Amino acid sequence: MKQDALLSINNLRTRFHTYEGVVTAVDGIGLEVYRGETLGVVGESGCGKSVTALSILRLLASPPAEIQGTILFEGVNLLDLSQDHIREIRGNAISMIFQEPMTSLNPVLTIGEQISEAIKLHQGVTRQEALRKAVEMLKLVQIPSPDIRAQEYPHKLSGGMRQRAMIAMALSCHPRLLLADEPTTALDVTIQAQIVDLMLRLKEEFDTSIVLITHNLGLIAGMAKRVVVMYTGKVVEEAPVEDLFREPLHPYTQGLLESIPWIGRKLRTGRRQLQEIPGIVPNPLEMPEGCRFHPRCPRVMDICHKEEPPLVQSEGGRRVLCWLWA
Amino acid sequence: MWRKFKRNRAALFGGILILIYLVTALLAPIIFPGSPSAPNLIRSLERPSIEHPLGTDELGRSILGRIIYGSRVSLLIAIGVVFVGLLVGVPLGLISGYYGGKVDFGIQRVTDTLLAFPGFLLALALVAVLGVGLKNTIISVGISMMPIYIRLVRGCTLSVREQTYVEAARAVGSRDVTILLRHILPNVMIPIIIQTSLGMGTAILFAAGLGFLGIGVQPPMPEWGAMLGSGRVYLFHAPHVATFPGIAIFLAVLGFNLSGDGLRDILDPRFKL
Repeated sequence: MKQDALLSINNLRTRFHTYEGVVTAVDGIGLEVYRGETLGVVGESGCGKSVTALSILRLLASPPAEIQGTILFEGVNLLDLSQDHIREIRGNAISMIFQEPMTSLNPVLTIGEQISEAIKLHQGVTRQEALRKAVEMLKLVQIPSPDIRAQEYPHKLSGGMRQRAMIAMALSCHPRLLLADEPTTALDVTIQAQIVDLMLRLKEEFDTSIVLITHNLGLIAGMAKRVVVMYTGKVVEEAPVEDLFREPLHPYTQGLLESIPWIGRKLRTGRRQLQEIPGIVPNPLEMPEGCRFHPRCPRVMDICHKEEPPLVQSEGGRRVLCWLWA
Repeated sequence: MWRKFKRNRAALFGGILILIYLVTALLAPIIFPGSPSAPNLIRSLERPSIEHPLGTDELGRSILGRIIYGSRVSLLIAIGVVFVGLLVGVPLGLISGYYGGKVDFGIQRVTDTLLAFPGFLLALALVAVLGVGLKNTIISVGISMMPIYIRLVRGCTLSVREQTYVEAARAVGSRDVTILLRHILPNVMIPIIIQTSLGMGTAILFAAGLGFLGIGVQPPMPEWGAMLGSGRVYLFHAPHVATFPGIAIFLAVLGFNLSGDGLRDILDPRFKL
């Protein structure tokens, strides 16, 4: 299994130097993405999901950001590459889709120009050829009359259309890895479903691995094979998707699953009300001692206050960061 | 956009004024045959007449003719100054805003220093260093207006660089140069255009001020400020000598300011209703 890893992150630590102090957004995480699979990354706002994605492509301005650890992509540590080399990887071998389709397209450039930018950059083709390929990509993401759309400016397109255009842009150079940072969050539910279908279909077509970053567990259930749950910059649980939904191990994951409405589901506690996770995410400048989840944890023990929990490996490729299973 | 410009009466008026000056400057030899600089002392300081509609100056030269030829000088200065300002200010502003950090700090401290002087004083000091003449007037006034462009472009760049599409461009592997020129510059163009129009008015005013003090464009080249300066002596018994060049300056600056304001109202979405 190990040799198949397309992306292997080890002990990644991303810190930001701010005026109030050092914020550790990603705190020593490790994860692997295998060829052709979809890895889901879930967690609340501010848990370090997006920063992880941005760290992989080294898109964070540094300073203030400081990235440590190793990010091996096809055996090469991305953090050691020169600016020129990482630029060759961006949009070519690894590309990214952003959360906000309304603002991720430049209002003064036509759709075609923007999509062909990556093609021109990485495939060294002429302008005409790049534009032709851009139109082809638009057709592939099922945008009607792609040749006309390519000549239009982003304001003429709806949110769903723009996200399709973004996907076309991201996939235009057939990347091996696609980082999708909340790709459907800003969209209507019906459009979300279409975008998900589209991504799954194109993933098969191009044999692309996807890292799907979201706080939408439904999306994870529909798309991902394996799931990584993050909390305050740490991976707290990792499991195959069925196992995670059937039997979440970490109290945080349990809380997350209980906070989604589910038609016909019996609530774990027998109450008729939807459960929430009490409390809020701790201030990144004042992380609690011991386990970072202990102030909010319903199953907190004495040891949780004092010592950081170990990462417990169990059968079936499951990992959990909790004293309960230690 | 043209429709909106027409509906904005002040802007339209300003635009027409600029157009009149432009046509005058381009067709000067046709509108006024003969030399604007050849003296004719017998006819000095004449009041307006059919032959010299705006009278003559102390050397007997037609004031109308000198104003007409002076529009060439003033427009040349306005364009030259704005060109200098843009040429230096826009790249520095883009770099300062995009890269931030030490580069930004360096550029901004230089800008602060330039801004600490009142603009006209700075132009004056620069002329003292560079010397008088048309070229040096353009350079001096241009440098004194440069910090405005640096600040403006830097500010706009700061806000545009945080847009997701800039991040998206970086995520597909675009170079900084491409990002700056293709993604950021077009998005900061509108404030630059507005400032350019307003800046031309200021440039004419500054150049006229230098001319008035006798350290701008040198005679016999007809320049409005210099005409105003030499007419000042005869203000009591031949007021037309100083008045008409003054009106010429006033209308030109008014034209650029009105159309600049109009452009801002039309182009700047924050003012859109």
